[in-house]
Amino acid sequence: MTPSKKLNPNKKMDIEAILEGLEKYRPTQKGWHWREVPQEGVDMGPFHYRDMSTPLKNSIHLPAAKYFGNIDPQPACVVTTEIASGRFEDDLRRMRMAAWHGADHIMVIRTTGQSHIDGLLEGTPEGVGGVPITRKQIRASRKACDLIAEEVGRPINFHSYVSGVAGPEVAVLFAEEGINGAHQDPQYNVLYRNVNMYRSFVDAAEAKKVMAGAGIFQIDGAHNANATAKDGWLVMPELIVQHGINCAFSVAVGMAKDLIGLSTVPPDSPPAPKLWYDLPYAVALRDFFSEFKMRAQQNTRYIEADIEEAIRTHTIDTLISMLTSADVQSTITPDEGRNVPWHYNNIRGIQTVKQTWSALDGIKELLTINHAGPLGDMVRDIKERAVIFLEEVLETGGYFAAVEQAFFVDSGKYPQRNEDGIARDGKGGVAADTIIERDADYFAPVCDHFGINHLPAGVEKACDPIGGCTLCDPEKIVYIDELDPQDSADARLEQTYPYRKGGLVKPEVEWAGDGTILTQFFVPLSEEYAAAYGIEMAKKLGLEDPQVINIQVMHPAEGCFMEVKGKVTFDIAASSLKVPEKEIILPEEELRSVAKKIGLKVVAATVGEDEHSVGLREILDIKHGGIEKYGVKYTYLGTSVPINKLVDAAIETGSQAILISTIISHNDTHRLQMKKLADLCVEKGIRDKIILIAGGTQVNREMAAETGLDATFGRGTKGIQVVNAMVKVLKSRGMID
Amino acid sequence: MTQNRIKKFETRQKELKQMSDEELKAHFWDLCYQLVDPIVDLAKTHTSPSIERSVLLRMGIDSITAHAVVGRINEAGLLGKGAGHVVLRVSQKFNKSIPEAATIILEQDGTLDALFESNPVQGAKS
Repeated sequence: MTPSKKLNPNKKMDIEAILEGLEKYRPTQKGWHWREVPQEGVDMGPFHYRDMSTPLKNSIHLPAAKYFGNIDPQPACVVTTEIASGRFEDDLRRMRMAAWHGADHIMVIRTTGQSHIDGLLEGTPEGVGGVPITRKQIRASRKACDLIAEEVGRPINFHSYVSGVAGPEVAVLFAEEGINGAHQDPQYNVLYRNVNMYRSFVDAAEAKKVMAGAGIFQIDGAHNANATAKDGWLVMPELIVQHGINCAFSVAVGMAKDLIGLSTVPPDSPPAPKLWYDLPYAVALRDFFSEFKMRAQQNTRYIEADIEEAIRTHTIDTLISMLTSADVQSTITPDEGRNVPWHYNNIRGIQTVKQTWSALDGIKELLTINHAGPLGDMVRDIKERAVIFLEEVLETGGYFAAVEQAFFVDSGKYPQRNEDGIARDGKGGVAADTIIERDADYFAPVCDHFGINHLPAGVEKACDPIGGCTLCDPEKIVYIDELDPQDSADARLEQTYPYRKGGLVKPEVEWAGDGTILTQFFVPLSEEYAAAYGIEMAKKLGLEDPQVINIQVMHPAEGCFMEVKGKVTFDIAASSLKVPEKEIILPEEELRSVAKKIGLKVVAATVGEDEHSVGLREILDIKHGGIEKYGVKYTYLGTSVPINKLVDAAIETGSQAILISTIISHNDTHRLQMKKLADLCVEKGIRDKIILIAGGTQVNREMAAETGLDATFGRGTKGIQVVNAMVKVLKSRGMID
Repeated sequence: MTQNRIKKFETRQKELKQMSDEELKAHFWDLCYQLVDPIVDLAKTHTSPSIERSVLLRMGIDSITAHAVVGRINEAGLLGKGAGHVVLRVSQKFNKSIPEAATIILEQDGTLDALFESNPVQGAKS
């Protein structure tokens, strides 16, 4: 195997190169990886963190980190993001972005209907609502994750689903290809996929055994009950029972407890009094399942089209994780309530966790949960209900009998029944009547096989008679590339080539070159007219397939906030984009020290017949982050000041610089004033001693050269840029080191 | 019935109040393991087409062939012997590799007839 070429942070990932040589690729890491969490805490920038993991080699910090030395603290828990757009080759780039923002558990959702496919899929067909999980897709994704892990400096846990009627085969595929985590819960198959109950559990035992052998971390499917039940917050006793069944079954077939995770969601959402429901449940669960791992999921049941509302709920979900515990904190893309998740919304979900975790670092040292009073009673009540639920299941004749009698996913709070539970017939469902009793001479010559296995006399290791199985000798794994070249990653990559490597640019949210953009605006119309306006406006903007994806009424008559998506129809060549030369800002500390050392002084005024002083005041005043903040002294001469008066004042005060502001551009007034300033300084023989800077709304950076000034600035300039320009001129003139 | 259930629940909840938190937890786990015990037995003694295909995958047979071979073995009523066992017997009988044996099952009619009337499979292969 030739080593893959490392990723270069300044270059796009080469997808075609990832797909090359896959038939020989072997994963660089297997088994689940927890983060490294130094016991003594982590020191970063000016702070000491108590509950953080080792920082990344390459990452992108939260926006406000620039005030704290660009630190990017990484939570102690593993952070999950769920990715699957239907085209795995496009998801690889999203995985890379997510990893840079702090995700180290990447969960790939399967295409719709894969759980009912009786066998493995091969090749790389396009998926719907997820990707077809195949050997090639996994191997390519694994290879990309291995490269990304190297780039960010932390292992990536790659994850998918072992469910449906091909569970054991999928588990073997995952074990062979180095998948690190997987959902496996036979109850999920039975309740939500209507797979025959006996088949589901018999298959699950084999799948779990294989997963255990490969060190794959298991997540169960219990949280689906509160995503499915009408009143999700009432099914808590049942959720505990479902977790208990899967955990006990997993342990009984040989899984280690520390590789068994509970998928748990705070079941409620504001405006409900969330904490009164979610906290007792979280505490009860962690009491009963103290030996197992918690994979804390964020709430999806009550997500609507409003992204900000989802993010606020998810922040509180994360708070509950921190008040109790989370070994893995999952994130939900906040746009899940309105579309298939978009690239940048994966990042938003990750940021919610990173931001909350930093803010509340070490919360348990400052606050403790009050177990006395109502919380203790509520916790105990949930546990008792779960226990009695289990007792009733046993009295009814066991698990299968209880499922036949619709014990599960009933939206009543146990023991109440709303008679809306899911009932399954043991003789029915997908793949009914397909389990077969093993004969007295049953034999399977492979490792990690569950149950009765009659090895021939003299055989100690099951796979010895075949000279080793694929789990012992990966060389034996058979790689299938493509079955349908028309419906393949290669065919799709050819189509998106212009947008990945051909120099053409289009926005994207899911797939390369999809062209989708989002517009946000307020429209002073009632809700019913607002939607029609949104579509009409988008059409006039030239957007294809416009769709209103969010309307929020600000007032029934005054108007609505709206979000409308659509596709741009044009390409722009990257080569046609004119990029101004990058302004490099010196470190703030350096700017301050130069200003102090030489006693940097300036005179400033608006010039010509120009009374607009607001912009200039912002550049000067400390209050607005102006030059004063960096220790520069200024003399402000007022508005409409003649140029010669400014130059004289500079000489008198011994200032090193003159700053003029000129807003009016009628008849080229601004240019003329700027030229006049330069000319006068030359005339007075001080041009090489003084720094000349101009700014204004119609001024741009290119004007300095044409008017003979040292620097010119346009709209949106900050004081630091002006100080930076002055220090650079001083440096270039050799006036400072 | 519903009335009875609720009443029973209330009585039972009162009884459970006598248990400490630790006792309640231990009871919860006892019940869970009791519940899964017969299911674990079912899984130990049974197999399925997917389990058998997963065995063939581990023997180095590709997924498409494995699917077809398990179908043939199932039709022949031999899945209870283990599909891997069947392929191994064919491999030893014809002195062919495992993947070749899988292909023989698919291509040569009658391969599975009387397969288990001969000697048991040989032990460790060097």
